[in-house]
Amino acid sequence: MSLLTVSDLSVAYARIQAVQGVSLEITPGSIVTVIGANGAGKTSLLNAIMGLLPAQGEVTFRGKSISRSPTEKRFSFGMSLVTESRDLFTTMSVRDNLILGANRCARREIDQRIGDVFGRFPRLRERRSQMAGTLSGGERQMLAMGRALMARPQLLMLDEPSLGLAPIIVREIFQIITVLRQNGVAILLVEQNARAALQVADYAYVMELGEVTMQGPASQLAGDSRVIESYLGFGGVDANQN
Amino acid sequence: MDATTLLLLGQDSLISGSIYALLAVTMVMVFSVTRVLFIPQGEFVTYGALTLAALEAGRVPGTAWLLLGVGVVAAVVALFRLRHALSLTTAIRIIITDIGLPAVMLLIVQWVAPMKLGLIPEMILTLALVVPLGPFVYRIAFQPLAESSILVLLIVAVGVHMGMTGLGLVFFGPEGYQTSAFSETVFDLGIMTVSAQSLWVVATTAALLIALYIFFERTVSGKTLRAAAISRRGARLVGISTDRTGYLAFTLTAMIGAVSGLMIGSLTTIYFDSGFIIGLKGFVAAILGGLNSYPLAAAAALLVGTVESFSSYSASAFKEVIVFTIIIPVLLWRSLFSPPAEHHE
Repeated sequence: MSLLTVSDLSVAYARIQAVQGVSLEITPGSIVTVIGANGAGKTSLLNAIMGLLPAQGEVTFRGKSISRSPTEKRFSFGMSLVTESRDLFTTMSVRDNLILGANRCARREIDQRIGDVFGRFPRLRERRSQMAGTLSGGERQMLAMGRALMARPQLLMLDEPSLGLAPIIVREIFQIITVLRQNGVAILLVEQNARAALQVADYAYVMELGEVTMQGPASQLAGDSRVIESYLGFGGVDANQN
Repeated sequence: MDATTLLLLGQDSLISGSIYALLAVTMVMVFSVTRVLFIPQGEFVTYGALTLAALEAGRVPGTAWLLLGVGVVAAVVALFRLRHALSLTTAIRIIITDIGLPAVMLLIVQWVAPMKLGLIPEMILTLALVVPLGPFVYRIAFQPLAESSILVLLIVAVGVHMGMTGLGLVFFGPEGYQTSAFSETVFDLGIMTVSAQSLWVVATTAALLIALYIFFERTVSGKTLRAAAISRRGARLVGISTDRTGYLAFTLTAMIGAVSGLMIGSLTTIYFDSGFIIGLKGFVAAILGGLNSYPLAAAAALLVGTVESFSSYSASAFKEVIVFTIIIPVLLWRSLFSPPAEHHE
C-alpha cells in the first residue's frame, strides 16, 4: 500500500501555473526524488502536499484524503516538511527548536527524542544552547531535519537539503537520509543535485515547467540519455563518495 | 518642587507605569503572535473594573449578558465557517462551549451577585466573565482575517475598539464607578504616606511579569507562542496551529487587561470609555520599545508613567499631549537609525 498518493495536483499563482496535473506515489520506507531545473515547480509541489499552498487535486496519506486538511493537521498525521528556507525559530536556542518539533509530547518523551536527534547530529548537541540564527548553513539544515524528526514522521519531505552547503556536509546529509530510510522513514526528496539524489533514491520523477515529464526507477533514470544530458552533465557532488 | 511632592509623584509614576507595563507587554505579545495592533486592549481594563463595581454593588454586571451575546455570535460564525465539513459532535461541542458555558455563567452570576460574596470571590467571578471575551473577540473579528495585512488587521482593531466602547455604554451605562481597594491600610513613612493598595498594584504587576517570563521561557505553550511570533510558517510546519496561538494570545491579553482593571478600579473612577486612553498609553510604551522587546516595552511604560505624573503636576491641562508627544522623537530616532524592517510574509 502506498503511504502518500498525489493525483492530478495543480498549483496556480495568480496567472502562472506552477504545478500542472502532477501525480506521484511513495511507499513506506522508500526514497522518492523529484528532480528538475530551477522554477520547474518542485518547491510548489512540496508546499502544496504539505498544505502550505492552496492546490487542486487529491492528496491521500495513509489511505485518508488530506486535501482539505491544514498544514498542522497534516503534520499530526505523520508528515514533515523541511523547506528550502528551513523556517527555523532563529531567535530561539537549538534545544528550544527541537522541543517545538514535538510540542504535543510529554516532557520525558521530548527529552528522549532530543537525545535521539543529538545522536544522529552530534554537532547539534555541541550547539544546543546557541541561537538557531547563529548556526552555519549546514548546521541549520541539520537542525531543520532534527526538528522535523522530533515528531517521528512516517514521511519526511526535504526541499533542496544540499542547497548552498559544502560538499562534505552534503555527503553527511545524504548519508543520514539513507540511514533514515533503513529506519523505515519514507523520504520525498526534491533536489537540484540530481546526481546525488538519483544515487540514494529508489524511484524518481523529472519535472519540467510544472509537469512530470519522466519517471521511473532511479537507477534507470540515471542511465537515461536525456537525464544525463539535462541534469547530470555537470559533475554534482557524489552522494557515496568518501 | 519639594522632596515630598517628588516622592509622591514618584509613587504615582510607579503605579501608573506598572499598569502601562502590563498593557505594553501584552500589546507586544499580541502583535508579534497575531500581527494585530490590539487597540481595544484598554476595553478589558474598563470591563474588569466596571464588572467588579457592579458585583460589589450586588448587581448582575452587564458583562454576563455581553458574554452570552458574544458567545452566540461566535457560535454562529464558527458553525457558518464549518458548514461544509460540520459533524454533529463538532456542532454540539461548539454550542456547549460558546453558548452553554456563558449561559451557565450568567445563571451563576444572577444567583450569587445579590449575596455580595466579598472582594476575592467577586474578583474571580469578574475574571471568569471578562477573560473569555478575549478569545471570542479573536474568533469573531480576527481569525477569519488572520492572513490579512497588518493594515487591515489594524483597521479591524479600531472597529473592535469602537464596538467594545459602544457595548460598554450599553451594558454599564454612562456613570463612572470606583471599586473598593484590596486594602485600606496606609503606611506612614514620615515624609510621605504609601497606601497598601499601591504596593498591591506594584507587587501584582511584578508577579504577573515574572509569571509571563516563566511562561514564555519555560513552558512548551509559551514557546509555541514565541515560535509563532518568529515564523508563522515554521510554527505550522511543526503542527502549531496559528488559530490556537491566536486564542492563547487573546486570552492572555484579556486576562492581563482585566487584572489591570481590578487594580486601578479603586485608584480612579472608571467610565465605559476610560479604557481607551489607558490602553493607548500602553500602546505608546509598546511603540517606544519598538513593538518587539518585552523589557524595553516595560521600561518605556515606566517612562510613560513618570512623564504622565510629572506633567499632570506641572502642566495638568497638557498631560495627555505631553505623554503622546514623547512618541515623536522616538519614532524620528528609530526611522533615522534603525535598519529597514523586513516585511512579514
